[in-house]
Amino acid sequence: MGAPELTCIELVEIVTEYLEGTLLPDERSRFEEHLAICEGCGVFLDQMRETIRLAGHLSEDTLPAGAGETLLHAFRGWKAAR
Amino acid sequence: MSDRDMPGDAVVTVAPVASAEDLRLVDALRAGDEAAFESLVNRHGASMLRLAITWVGTRAVAEEVVQETWLGVLRGLGRFEGRSSLKTWIFRILSNTAKKRAVREGRSFPVSSFAEPGDGPEEAAVDPARFHGRNAAYPGGWAAAPRSWDRIPEDQLLSAETLARVRGAIDALPPVQRQVITMRDVDGFTSAEVCNVLSLSETNQRVILHRARSRVRRALERYLDEADAAGSREPQGS
Repeated sequence: MGAPELTCIELVEIVTEYLEGTLLPDERSRFEEHLAICEGCGVFLDQMRETIRLAGHLSEDTLPAGAGETLLHAFRGWKAAR
Repeated sequence: MSDRDMPGDAVVTVAPVASAEDLRLVDALRAGDEAAFESLVNRHGASMLRLAITWVGTRAVAEEVVQETWLGVLRGLGRFEGRSSLKTWIFRILSNTAKKRAVREGRSFPVSSFAEPGDGPEEAAVDPARFHGRNAAYPGGWAAAPRSWDRIPEDQLLSAETLARVRGAIDALPPVQRQVITMRDVDGFTSAEVCNVLSLSETNQRVILHRARSRVRRALERYLDEADAAGSREPQGS
């Protein structure tokens, strides 16, 4: 391991790259080595995952408008015009 | 922050192409299959509305944009060649329609997809004051580490109030950040789909997503810490 150890202030800036799976293999190792010994960064990573999970629940709250009469009408019109 | 990653790389080249199911669906639509059209509208309607609002600002105008998008989809169906997925193609029509409408409404947006990551000073994911300084025993280590949310009950995390905070934080983001996090985390688009719809490079998309998620996490942390502090002041609080 030639590279200097990752610090917490650095880790929080590459957490998205970690979650996206875009860190280079040695960066990923350093990230995981740091996590193994740092409770605060473990909590931080959990919070990021939780943030993503909660955002996912927002998809439930828009009433999908459905096709509705206007669109179906448009579809029939389009069909007839061909 | 890795410089090798800064904007400048090409807009994503790995476009997801139309699947066999996409092509079947397009055939059904071309044949005038109403049920196929309805199911497509139902599948994407909510995501389209959520995304359209980020450009045009109001639900009413967003609904018109979605309607207009479907008309555009029908008009373009004859020319659909399957070089992108049907979903990507539909959402590109949506974004173009919404942008045009936003301009007409007098709302302006950064023309370049690179305008946003560079807007203003680089924003830290976490307030630098929460880390130890250079002369500490652990420079760059947590001075004020985040507190675990593990003991917060699931029904509090998923409560209408907590979710309203998440929604509020997303709504307050700059437009492109809001678009990216809405597509990725709310509606479950892949990064490739987002890059294609919004014409962003993979790297740029990731930088924007990172800023957006970081801001939403901060808002959530602020809210949950406050709720926790309020709870522990109550005599019978756990």
